[in-house]
Amino acid sequence: MDSDRIDQIINKHQGQARSLIQVLLEIQSENRWLPREVLEKVSEKLEVPLSRVLRIVTFYKTFSFTPKGHYEIDVCTGTACHLRGAQRVLDTVQDLTGIKPGETDLDSKLSLETVNCLGCCGLGPVMEIGGKTHSKMSPAEIADALKKCE
Amino acid sequence: MNKILLKIDGREVEAGEGMTILEAARKVGIVIPTLCHHEKLEPYGACRICTVEAEIRGSTKLVAACLYPVEQDLIVRTRSERVDKIRRMILELLLAHAPEARQLQDLAKEYGADKDRFEKEPSFCILCGLCVRYCAEVKKKNAVGFVNRGAGREISFIPEIASKECWKCKECFPLCPTEALQAAYVFTEALVSLTSFQA
Ligand code: SF4
Ligand code: FES
Repeated sequence: MDSDRIDQIINKHQGQARSLIQVLLEIQSENRWLPREVLEKVSEKLEVPLSRVLRIVTFYKTFSFTPKGHYEIDVCTGTACHLRGAQRVLDTVQDLTGIKPGETDLDSKLSLETVNCLGCCGLGPVMEIGGKTHSKMSPAEIADALKKCE
Repeated sequence: MNKILLKIDGREVEAGEGMTILEAARKVGIVIPTLCHHEKLEPYGACRICTVEAEIRGSTKLVAACLYPVEQDLIVRTRSERVDKIRRMILELLLAHAPEARQLQDLAKEYGADKDRFEKEPSFCILCGLCVRYCAEVKKKNAVGFVNRGAGREISFIPEIASKECWKCKECFPLCPTEALQAAYVFTEALVSLTSFQA
């Protein structure tokens, strides 16, 4: 993502401390990570101390200090999904991608995370691939879905 | 300002509106232990070591003296079996993090807290927030802040700011009830001298 686009997002909210999380979310979703210089710029332009920006960025799991892959894979390991076999889903994804939760693969295509609830426990075990929700996936279906991530 | 009459440990105390129990008690020389309180800073209520029993209209509850505003006819007990038990537990938990802290050791002696009750997990910082709040509220520099959350929460100097501001200030050092702050600072100093953060 070019710095013009980042500037655009930040300038839209110039001087508005209350938009901090909104700005960070926008940058995170477009840029897939939050470089230090960007955080400094956010702090300066929104007039929020850098220490508070860092406190918030380190608080929410959504934000990341390292580049995430193009497709984010979120495997739900919340209580309901856990009981319905989330571990099997997670194992399959790990075997297929070779990455563990919190990691991104070498060509920055995929990132894997575990999450605690995706809000549809009845469909569990649930996972999200690039924003699309999948329910009760067999290993073959998981492999198919991952192949589509190009 | 309206005068408010209350009772602290059986003594009649006169206090002004908006005062906290802690302020009212200190005014007449009654000691309530505190760890995260500082006169120059906004009330925070993180450590709960100042817990006291507050009785109003016949019902008693446990409150943080550094936060709770005085009320007419309030009855406060700063030492009771219940209060002491809570303070003891808080100290035992904090001592698992900062077993060497003098202030904690002194309080532990007074309340009979066993510093070895819980498995040690020395993070040294007890998250009282004095350094963070002093830097933000009094010095307005925000050179040190909290990062992460839950059990992983810790203080962190912001190298970009710390390298410019801290060496000439260091006013937060004596506020820290443990050695965590100075250790974090020394670490940041080393980091700054190794990297391009240097001002
Ligand atoms: S470093 Fe010291 S002063 Fe700062 S929050 Fe931790 S215990 Fe409190
Ligand atoms: S002194 Fe009251 S909560 Fe810390």
